[in-house]
Order: sequence, then C-alpha cells, then structure tokens
Amino acid sequence: MSIRNGEELLNKQKEVNEKIRSYTCRVLVCSGTGCIASGAQKIYEEMKVLCRDVDGVKVEMQKDIPHTGVIKTGCQGLCELGPLMRIEPYGYQYVHVQPQDCKEIVERTVLEGKPVERLFYREKDTVCPHPEDIPFLNLQTRVVLENCGKIDAESIDEYIAVGGYQALAKALESMTPDDVIQEVTKSGLRGRGGAGFPAGKKWSQVARQAEKIRYVVCNGDEGDPGAFMDGSVMEGDPYKMIEGMTIAAYAVGAEEGYIYVRAEYPLSVKRLRMAIEQAENYGFLGDNILGTGINFHLHINRGAGAFVCGEGSALTASIEGNRGMPRVKPPRTVEKGLWGKPTVLNNVETYANVPKIILQGADWFRTIGTEGSPGTKTFSLTGAIENTGLIEVPMGTTLRHIIYDIGGGLKKGAAFKGVQIGGPSGGCLIMDQLDVPLDFDSVKKLDAIMGSGGLVVMDENTCMVEVARFFMNFTQRESCGKCVPCREGTKRMLEILERIVDGKGEMSDLDQLEELANMVQSMALCGLGKSAPLPIISTLHRFRDEYEEHIRDKKCRAKVCTALRQFHINQEFCIGCGKCARNCPAGAISGLIKHPHHIDNTLCIKCGACKDNCNFDAIYVEA
Amino acid sequence: MLDQSYYNKADEIIAHYGRKAASLIPIMQDIQAEYRYLPGELLTYVAKEIGVKEAKAYSVATFYENFSFEPKGKYVIKVCDGTACHVRKSQPVKEALMKELGLTNKKHTTDDMLFTVETVSCLGACGLAPTLTVNDEVHPKMTEEKAIELLNRLRGESV
Repeated sequence: MSIRNGEELLNKQKEVNEKIRSYTCRVLVCSGTGCIASGAQKIYEEMKVLCRDVDGVKVEMQKDIPHTGVIKTGCQGLCELGPLMRIEPYGYQYVHVQPQDCKEIVERTVLEGKPVERLFYREKDTVCPHPEDIPFLNLQTRVVLENCGKIDAESIDEYIAVGGYQALAKALESMTPDDVIQEVTKSGLRGRGGAGFPAGKKWSQVARQAEKIRYVVCNGDEGDPGAFMDGSVMEGDPYKMIEGMTIAAYAVGAEEGYIYVRAEYPLSVKRLRMAIEQAENYGFLGDNILGTGINFHLHINRGAGAFVCGEGSALTASIEGNRGMPRVKPPRTVEKGLWGKPTVLNNVETYANVPKIILQGADWFRTIGTEGSPGTKTFSLTGAIENTGLIEVPMGTTLRHIIYDIGGGLKKGAAFKGVQIGGPSGGCLIMDQLDVPLDFDSVKKLDAIMGSGGLVVMDENTCMVEVARFFMNFTQRESCGKCVPCREGTKRMLEILERIVDGKGEMSDLDQLEELANMVQSMALCGLGKSAPLPIISTLHRFRDEYEEHIRDKKCRAKVCTALRQFHINQEFCIGCGKCARNCPAGAISGLIKHPHHIDNTLCIKCGACKDNCNFDAIYVEA
Repeated sequence: MLDQSYYNKADEIIAHYGRKAASLIPIMQDIQAEYRYLPGELLTYVAKEIGVKEAKAYSVATFYENFSFEPKGKYVIKVCDGTACHVRKSQPVKEALMKELGLTNKKHTTDDMLFTVETVSCLGACGLAPTLTVNDEVHPKMTEEKAIELLNRLRGESV
C-alpha cells in the first residue's frame, strides 16, 4: 500500500486517473457545512440509490445506466444556493437541488447527457449552465481552493490524481531543507492568519535554533465571527494543508506536528482525521516518509471554545493541557513554543499555499498578487450582499471588485455603508476606501487589519454604533483576563457603548472611549487585546456623526437600537378603537374612543406591543 | 454519587489518550460528549488518574466555554450570533426560542431536561445566516416562526 518514492507516486497518479476516466459520468454533490445544512446529505443518498452505486449493496448494473461515481466534495463556493451539484464530464452546475429533482437529473443528465435547465444558476436574465459562466466564480483566482469542490474530500486518491504529494516528493528527493526554506522565503509568502509575518523567515528562525526537538503546529482555530475560509479548506481539501505541514516539518527538522481545530468545526475534524489516516497508509506521514527515512507524526487537538486560543502562545498552552492564556513575549514561539521547544506556527491557508510554491516555484507565486503581498487571499464574503460565500482573489484586488463584481452588489440594491474586515480585531472601511488594493500593508494604514479574511458587508440598515458594541461584547467576553488593560478596558468600553445604544450616552463618553481604545491598543499583552479597540477606533473615526446622533438627538438612523425607536400613531388611519391603549404596559397611550390616539414618548418603553396588535396598521416607527 | 459505569467509561477514555497532563482537555471533551456535561466527581477522578492537581483540572475546565458542570438538555440548541448572523437578525430568533421555552439569561435548560439554548460565536455557515445547530446539526436561514416550528418537531420526536 505504501508509496516509497516519487516514481511510484506518478504511477499511482496514472492509475487513479485511469479509474476516474473509466466513469462515464461523475456526480459531484457539494458537502461543505453550508450545503449539508441545506440538505446535501439527502441528495447524496438519493443520487447513490438512483445511480445504483450504494456501497455494500449488490445491485445489478443495468445495461443502460452508465457507471457513475457519486462523490462528496468540499465547498463549491455558492453556499447560499445550496445544495449544489456539479456533473462531469458535461460540467453542468446545478443549484438549489431538491430530492425530488434527483430522478430527473439521473434520467436526463446522467443517462442522456442533457441538462435540467431549471436547476441552472441565473443572474438577472443570464443563465449560467457551467461554473465558469458564473461571475461569482469566474472572477476568482483559485490557488488554495483549486481543488475545493472538485475532488472527493474524503479520498486521498483524488488528491493524488490532481498532482497531490508531488511537491512533497520533489522537496524530499531533490531539495535540502535549506532549499525549501529559501524557496518559501523567495516566494514572499506571508502568514495568512492576520499579521502577515513572512513564513520563510519564521521557518528559518526555527531551523537555526540550537535545540533539536522542534514542532510544526497549524492554527485552525478560526474564531472570528463571520470567517469560514480555513474551515472550508480543512473540509474541502484537507490533504493540501497536511502536505504543506509535512514540507514545513522537513524544512525545519520537526518530527511531531499538531493541528488545532476549533470545536465548532466537527466536520473539519472528521475530514482531517480521515486524511491523516490515509496519508499514513500511503507513507506520506509517519515513519520513513516516501522511503527517505524522514519521520513526521501529525496529531489533532480540538479547541474548547476560547477565541483567545487563536493567539500563538495561548494555542500552544492549550495543546499542553493548560488554560489558553497568552504569555509575555519574547521569547517568541520560534524560540520557545510548544513544550518550550522551537515551533513553526502558521495557519491553515498559509500551509495550503506551500505545496504549489514548491512545485511551481517562487517566481510563479510572485506573478500573483502584489510586490509586498504575493499570492492570493481567501475571503468569506457575508452580510448584506447578494452572493455570499467563499472567494479567493489575488492580493491587491480592490474591495469594489469583490463587493460589486464578484459579490453581485448589495442585497436588494440597498445603499452600501461599510464593510468590516478582519472581524472583531479589524476595522470598518467605507465607500471612499473601496478602491484601495487589499494587501497586508495597505489595509493596515486604514486602521484595519487583513485578519484571517472575514468580510461582512453592511448596508444602511446596520447601525455602526451597535456593530461596535457587538464586537466589543464579543472581545470582552473572550478576553482571558490575564492583563489589566484588556480585562478592564474592554469591559469599560463595552459599558460606554451599551449606554450610548441605550440612549443614555453623553458627549464626554466619546472622548473617554477614544482614550480607552488607544490605551488598550498600546498596552494589552496579546493580539486579542491590542486589536480589540480597532472596531471602535475605525467607526468613531468614520461614523462619528452616528455616535453623536445617538447621544445628542437620541436617534438611531438605521432604526436598530430599540431604546431609541419612537412609536407614533398615524392620525389618518387610527379609528380610536383603544386597543393599543389597553395593551400598553406603560400607560403611555391616551385618547378618546373613536378619536385618534397619541403616544407619549417620554413614558413609552419601546416594547412595540401597540404596533403588533394594531388592526389598522396605524402605528409606525421613526428613528 | 455517580454510577460505577461513569468511572468505567472514564477509564476507557483515559486509556485512549494516555495518562499525561496534555490529555486533560481531550479527555474532558470525550466525557462531555458522552454525558452532555462534565460531572464534577468525574473530573476529580480524571485529575488523580492522569497526575494533574484537582485545582489545575478545575481551572482548565472553567476557562473554556465548552465545558459545563450543569447537565444539559437532550437537545442542545446553539444559536449563532456571529457577525453575519447578527447582521441578519439572529437575536430575535434566540429571544423567540427562550420565550417559548420559558428560559432566561440565567436559566439555559428547561426543567424537563429536553432543551438547552446557548449562543455560539460563529458556526462557519455564514452564507446561510442566521443559523442555529441542534446537537451539531446545522439549520439554515432561521426565522422566529421556523425556530418555533423546529421546537415543536423536536418535542414530537422525543415523545
């Protein structure tokens, strides 16, 4: 079973490709988290039954039913349109597939090669039969996600078929560990976890430590609310990042590695476990990898619901079985990381970039992206946008291109207000900044960070003060409590924001908020605390008028902040039935029967009971 | 006093991960997966078995949000309040569930031990916001009405 060298790997690739070509038709059911939630599992089972391809069940292959492989792929990228299905070799892309559609798909497409047109994706009047016709997909550049949605996420053979593990074979057979580090350094690959530290530099720092026991650790603790890129990579193509980690282990001389996956990603854990087991069987992991005498053992650790564990020293503490609290640096993780040994710690997307850099070279990698930030970046595009989903674009792409061309613009044509980049550690960018090329350095100049890549688009119905409160509530809850600036500072900032959205803020609160934000940013111990004030700083900077409106005019223009809503009675519609007055728990409504009523907004507690119960739609809300 | 079967199960899990300090978190995770909570007596037992001080084991267990010393309901509903879900109005969904079940911010589990309602930061299914999970199964594009419907279906299933 074991593959002992590069030549055997090529033979295996040939063999698998022949097998794949022997299928007359392949049905690819998307089984990313999104599509599974939309019912992809049922579609898969249904197709398997209909195609007589049920494991362990003997069904006579009918003469006129072609041999069909039904496989489960990772994310195909259009999560909102799930369940998704792609049929090869015709290349049809079906969206919103329902169990009752399966029979027709088998009869028309599988048997006759004809499309089921009603299942095609439509954008306005354009019908898109193939994935490459869909703007959302064809405007992307897929390097990290190249196999996602195309290969069976649970079969290493399919990964080998598309050239998997050839980078590892090349590294082990024709490069020294130093060559590998040189190539990665030359490529300019920067850590995709947020800060953008050059990966090659990190590796070389670990490689030159005197201590010989080293570790390679992968940060899959993607905790930013609104980000699911790494989860999609682990689910859709776990092999690629594992190959990347193995190459890193060879480069720095590590024999043990750990993948730290957040608890909320059970599917990622399952797929990674399968991938590791399969890789061990083929001799890509474990002892004597590809017959070279190199050893690398890979383990999985599940997170337990602490956002701070995405921070390097907290993550290693958690693997060691401790409370996940960051420590003072230096010494840095490259010197004293896991169990006090030199440790390479990169995130999922960073490792997933490595195999292609080794295989196609640093110069190729540098042709994508910008001078300072080569390569691509994955983003999860969510919020008030037409096409939500997972995207990958070259570094340096503008937000305008991402939101309007790929994302299809705002939902229901609403007006764009802002986009939160980098989650609770990032900032909010506005209209004027839509043309800034997105790369590590330019985003930083705008009081934001690239972060791991969450993009949440917000329209006029979003209250920016409430958004700042939302993020502060998150970081305050996730603060580990070790350092005072973060523990106390986030709490005080949250209190101020809660006051403002409650209509009880004062103008002096804004100065205090700014002062606290700057203090926490400069004094907190770790990245969580240092970046926690960014949402406040950027919204205060760009939406100060909204803060002031909340405080001075007691007004929320997005009509989101409950306490600031004002209920009024339309004097023309009100027939004076008195129902609202009877329902009002605060006794704020008065009027004579059969005459229009009035609401006293000084007594009103904004519960909305009047509006919910009015039979004549006479009550309306004003911001 | 816990039934002996709990200790037997714990022994099995300890044997799987090995008697070392680094096994503490995975062992607690498996125990919790088995019983839907972490019985305090069992944690004391595990600490002794793997050579970790009891105080240390408790400090670790209380640090991570996933561990609960309180028994949870048969159906653990986690309402996602990640950014995407929040922007697409996940809070009204949670409030509707809590109101229907008579739960408060202090009380997360119903008296009949059928339902526990919690908030989770992000489930990674942002394209389908707002979402919630019932025992790790993701339910997409929730509304207040759909959430109540879901409760009624689960109540029906458990009869």
